[in-house]
Amino acid sequence: MGFLHTWLPYILAGIAVGGQYALIAIGYTMVYGILRLINFAHGDIFMWSGLIMVYLITTLPLWVSIVLVILFAIILGTTIEKIAYRPLRTAPRMSIMISAIGVSYLLQNFALYITGGLTKTYPAIALLQRAVSIGPATTKMVTIITPFLTILLVFLLVMLIQHTKIGMAMRAVSRDFETSSLMGIDINRVITVTFVIGCGLAAIGSVLFFSNYTGINPMSGAMPGLKAFVAAVFGGIGSVPGAVLGAFVIGIAENIVKGTGWTTFSDAFTFVLLIIILMVKPTGLFGEKDIDKV
Amino acid sequence: MKIQLNNKIKAALTTISIALFLILVFVGDNVISSGSSWRMLITVIEKGSIFALVAASMNLLNGFTGLFSLGQAGFMLMGAYTYAIFTIPSASHDAVYQYFGGGIIKWSIVEVLESKIGVVGHYLGLFIPIIFAGILVAIVAYLIGIPVLRLKSDYLAIATLGFAEILRAFFQWNTLGPVTNGSNVLRKYTTYHSAIFPVVIAGICITIILLLLNSTYGRAFKAIRDDEIAAEAMGINLFKHKELSFVISSFFAGISGSLLAMFQSTISATPFTTQMTYEILLIVVIGGIGSISGSIIGAFLFIACSEWWLRGLDSGSWLGISSDLMRSGFRKVIFAIMIMLVVLFYSKGIMGDKEFSWNRFVNWWLTRPQAIKNWPNKLKSKLVSKKKARMAKSDAKARLKQEKADSDYKKASGTPLFTPLPISDQVIVFDKEGK
Repeated sequence: MGFLHTWLPYILAGIAVGGQYALIAIGYTMVYGILRLINFAHGDIFMWSGLIMVYLITTLPLWVSIVLVILFAIILGTTIEKIAYRPLRTAPRMSIMISAIGVSYLLQNFALYITGGLTKTYPAIALLQRAVSIGPATTKMVTIITPFLTILLVFLLVMLIQHTKIGMAMRAVSRDFETSSLMGIDINRVITVTFVIGCGLAAIGSVLFFSNYTGINPMSGAMPGLKAFVAAVFGGIGSVPGAVLGAFVIGIAENIVKGTGWTTFSDAFTFVLLIIILMVKPTGLFGEKDIDKV
Repeated sequence: MKIQLNNKIKAALTTISIALFLILVFVGDNVISSGSSWRMLITVIEKGSIFALVAASMNLLNGFTGLFSLGQAGFMLMGAYTYAIFTIPSASHDAVYQYFGGGIIKWSIVEVLESKIGVVGHYLGLFIPIIFAGILVAIVAYLIGIPVLRLKSDYLAIATLGFAEILRAFFQWNTLGPVTNGSNVLRKYTTYHSAIFPVVIAGICITIILLLLNSTYGRAFKAIRDDEIAAEAMGINLFKHKELSFVISSFFAGISGSLLAMFQSTISATPFTTQMTYEILLIVVIGGIGSISGSIIGAFLFIACSEWWLRGLDSGSWLGISSDLMRSGFRKVIFAIMIMLVVLFYSKGIMGDKEFSWNRFVNWWLTRPQAIKNWPNKLKSKLVSKKKARMAKSDAKARLKQEKADSDYKKASGTPLFTPLPISDQVIVFDKEGK
């Protein structure tokens, strides 16, 4: 019981953060699965949806602003894809990655300009902020809601991927880009849908994440973004359930590291985990083996 | 008419222009008073040469060896700290390490050497910590490289980015406070006295990089970049060469970090974020991936824009335009948009993958009058071809519309949908539902 008493708060926080990372990680893993591109701007889309919420809530009711935030993230994501990634589709992989980094740089600097570099306080959503006590630990409602909401959304997403026509197209495109375009699949449409799903989930993730960590500044998207990417790699890039599992593992591990007093290294730990995974099992937990042909 | 300069003239031109540049920096540094707005020129040259060095080192890795590494800021941070820690004069230790009881290291390399061999020792004391910083960073890079360099492109990028973050966390770690001052700034260390110092050091380092690239090692790097499998088949040890490139690149990143520490005269771990790495990468992209001279030009342009030319965008008026939009941070937004335009429409950068050559430089200037004269014609022909393309597009659209209307009509009137193609261009048609 003593053990639970000490560690339960950290594990609970870990599960919550893990769920939030999972929602971001899905965007990474799907985009990577299809375009073979680390969407460096994804973390910044996440940050921007948090920022937009701060501005919208001042005039609009809560539910309307949440819907608008999700819409905003989707529009931002698809626009970025259209302007910055689509023209470079045939370019070498390095240029499209540089383009992603450029977009990330632009989004961060634009946020810096809008906020004036100040940390904004995320609006308190009463439902999510309510205090709940589980056994010996007291926590916010968001901690409880996050994992369930995440699992529900992931379940819906997996259903979409496995049982709909567009899901089938996505699987085909992620298996082989060129062949599927030869088979008459509208690649651009598939990619747009991927970005819509990824960004929508990131926006939902931002509502949950920033209800937990209320400070939001232009850089607050970078770290969760990188961690979510590590989660995606951990689970096997391209695999949605893998990304979710990876995100939970990273969230919990990170909070346990915080609990042992090594808070400075909680971010660093994620990357150590990444390197270990890449050394031991480069394809991740559920990744398919990628064979390079000469 | 193309002019070919012979090697003697080229060497002379290079020497003269370098000498002129150094004299300009030296004179400028001493003549321009610190209040003058032209003082910015000297600042830009100092900071520009530091960033030119780190950009060249990143280009060695990303552009010449084809390793997409994003750890440069972390290595710079380490170089900066190493330099600063070993050059804080003993008298200032108590003030700098006020939260850590004056720190562990109670001496400064500069002071030790100065007391032994006088003025020469002072300058030697500036050099030795720089080299030491480079070597220390290189050793760390060697260790990091062993696991990381086995990864492929994107994974390598994320892993190096991760290591840069780990380094940053490490240097802010409170337990290491007596050495690194924890998350507080390091200050009061000895710095250079003349703007010519960073220019010369960076120049020497970049020359070494250039020489390396023209050696057999450089050719091996380029072979790895172009095709790893072919390079391996030619007998190039992939891992050894990647490691070599990584270590050398990090060595120079460390040196440029220590120069940056000198330039700023205070150093803390906070600014060495991934955004800094992005900025270095964007310098490389602007200059041209795979061109060291491009990186140098890119660095000076980048620093001049961000420190000097676009500064007005932050303070309300720029080139006589003033607007409420222009407040703090606007400069960086404009700057980021400019960079995106370069990335999207001018992805080769300024130099592409070619190095600066006097032949091309001279011929470029000689062809300018002709080019300017031809410019209206060129523009006209471009417009004409654009118009043609637009017309072709609208034609195709109209034809498609017509065809659709035809097929709709056929559908409505009951004629069969599928009309056999003429024999000449008959193709195999898969039946969609036929299983």
